[in-house]
Amino acid sequence: MVLKVFFPSCCSSADSGILIGRWISEQNSAVILAVVHFPFIPVQVKQYLGEVQHVSKVSVSVIGSWSNSKQEKEESLSEFLEDLGTIFCHEPWIQISKEGDSKFWSCSTLQKHSKNPQEEEIILVYYDQCKVMLSHLHPPLDTAGQRAEDASKLSAIFDTVARSQVLFMTDRYDEGPIKLTHWQSDGVEASIIVELLKQASVPACMLLTFLLSLVSGICRSRVLKFWPLSFLWSKLSTCEQLGHRLQHLQVISSNKKAQNQNQLMRKANIFVSLLIDVALGILLMSWLYRKNRIGHLADTLIPVADHVAEELQDLLQWLMGAPAGLKMNRALDQVLGRFFLYHIHLWISYIHLLSPFIEMILWYVGLSACLGLTVALCILSDIIALLTFHIYCFYVYGARLYCLKIYGLSSLWRLFRGKKWNVLRQRVDSCSYDLDQLFIGTLLFTILLFLLPTTALYYLVFTLLRLLVVIVQGLIHLLVDLIDSLPLYSLILRLCRSYRLAAGVKFRVLEQQDGKPLRLLMQINPLSYGGVIQTYRLPTYSCYPRDSWASLCKKLFLGELIYPWKHKGDKQN
Amino acid sequence: MAEERRFRSASGVPIALRRRQHSASCRELAVRGPRLQLRSLSAATSAVWLAAYGLFALSENSMVLSAAILITLIGLIIYLHFVKIDQESLLVIGSLGIQVTSSYASGKESTTFIEMGQVKDVVINEAIHMQKVIYYLCILLQDPEDPQGVSEVVPLFQSSKPRLDCLIEVYKSCQEILEQRKTAPQSS
Repeated sequence: MVLKVFFPSCCSSADSGILIGRWISEQNSAVILAVVHFPFIPVQVKQYLGEVQHVSKVSVSVIGSWSNSKQEKEESLSEFLEDLGTIFCHEPWIQISKEGDSKFWSCSTLQKHSKNPQEEEIILVYYDQCKVMLSHLHPPLDTAGQRAEDASKLSAIFDTVARSQVLFMTDRYDEGPIKLTHWQSDGVEASIIVELLKQASVPACMLLTFLLSLVSGICRSRVLKFWPLSFLWSKLSTCEQLGHRLQHLQVISSNKKAQNQNQLMRKANIFVSLLIDVALGILLMSWLYRKNRIGHLADTLIPVADHVAEELQDLLQWLMGAPAGLKMNRALDQVLGRFFLYHIHLWISYIHLLSPFIEMILWYVGLSACLGLTVALCILSDIIALLTFHIYCFYVYGARLYCLKIYGLSSLWRLFRGKKWNVLRQRVDSCSYDLDQLFIGTLLFTILLFLLPTTALYYLVFTLLRLLVVIVQGLIHLLVDLIDSLPLYSLILRLCRSYRLAAGVKFRVLEQQDGKPLRLLMQINPLSYGGVIQTYRLPTYSCYPRDSWASLCKKLFLGELIYPWKHKGDKQN
Repeated sequence: MAEERRFRSASGVPIALRRRQHSASCRELAVRGPRLQLRSLSAATSAVWLAAYGLFALSENSMVLSAAILITLIGLIIYLHFVKIDQESLLVIGSLGIQVTSSYASGKESTTFIEMGQVKDVVINEAIHMQKVIYYLCILLQDPEDPQGVSEVVPLFQSSKPRLDCLIEVYKSCQEILEQRKTAPQSS
């Protein structure tokens, strides 16, 4: 059976000593964590290892000896090291020795109770201790659940190094009985900025929690729950976005420390995403208010609304004539056309009533862009919805008329054939009608049938306009969702410290020499960018699309009202 | 020791198989495809630029020329970095696992390491591809619940597509190492 020794590359130039680490017998591999140098007292070493084992729950023990001789091989040292094998009895006792500056080390094992006395092959795998300790191994996404019990061999090694952090806390400047060499033995690294931030974050979190509780208390108060206001809040996407961001702030400012890697990354992602959002929002605000661009925007708003209304009026005049060469029913055409024209006239009057206040309203509303770019985009989407409210009304009128007509036609068609819809049994049954019922039914059927093209044309035109507005709003919401759900911290981590997010490992074969063990270098294989986004995506509040294409077409044909974008809080109907 | 032999791919292109034995339980097999030829590169660039000059002569808009240069540069970078695979290699380390590496023409290397515990076997499969029947080497992964089942099939050498004679060499080398794990009594 092949013996695998994982040796940290930071200990390659360490002085002679004994090796401490973990022996994983089921994989026949030894993970070396540090080198203890002479002089030491074996009892103290065992005591120290017992303490480390108690704190880190990793079965650390002395597993071998390491000799680094600058000159030729010293016989006395090698005998001394073999004798150490009897003091720290460990099965098997691994002996690694390096001569001078040679790259090729010799590695042998001493087995006292060996059943198979043949020479087993040894593979020496170098690993970067710092990177392996900080890295987080991601299991393959599809089998994350099943393979949890059958932990892979590599995750055991990563686990061992990560949990032995307490071993790496003592460096060579500490006055202790044990002198160790590991990746931090030249001095424990720490960053002042990180420590300062950690100290400052506690009061900042408490302040934020207090402010958030105030804000959510106001939001939940009874004043804002009256019927017209609550209906308005549910329709405006700005309120949804603000509520979503409030939730995010609550997650960040909670006092509980993150339990595992996923929660920590989620907090960090939300924090960075909020920061970038607010920064972009402030940038947008400064651009808007610099040359009074917002004033110009407000000035062009009314002419644009007027222009849209004029275009609609032209469209209706076209429909009231002979649109695309089709011949309409004159009377119905005139009635519908005049009805919609009057609506547009009302709408224009309302807009002109509001025009002196528009600039002021827009100026104050534009200030809320400092809450984030997503909020600004949501406000834009809401303004578009408000400005095209008349198109929405026309769509509803046209759809309702068309829907009534279609249902009337289908029911009278059944009467024409002598059938009836049985509501109890939810099916079509035959029925015998009286003569006068049949007569009136057929008359009405004919009238509805010949009036169908006119209604259908109005419905078609207004549905297309409504779909256009819905597509524009949908694109804006797509952008908002993208900004909301992108895990920016994880992406930046993948760019700058790619070893922290590991998808696996890769091995590189180093120079070999006959008779010496096989030398491999283990490097961390980082997660791909697509994998990072898939693993750490933040959940959003909307899911599209609500209907499949087939049901959408069916609804359009029957004249049912369509609401293409669903929010998670909506009840299913 | 290393040795190199020439073979042909499924579409007739000459490829080279290089075998290196690092130790008794570690072997590396690399299939190298043909490098990017200067001829084809110049032909493609000249075609794009001739088309751009033709459009420029018709439309008198110099944006066409800059657009053509940009398209050529970006297309070349995308081709070298994401499409053109120079070498595909298989590193089999008995008792550790199998590592599959693809090296692109721009120097990028994409690696996957499969642990030995997950590998059930390495086999040669047949596939019907358009009007041809081609052979390909694949790794069968063990299903953790069902000891006899296969959870996934990982195809190898997909861009160089060697023919059966080359695949047989690779198969024999892999099986020699995989057999060692069956003879070892203690294995997880």
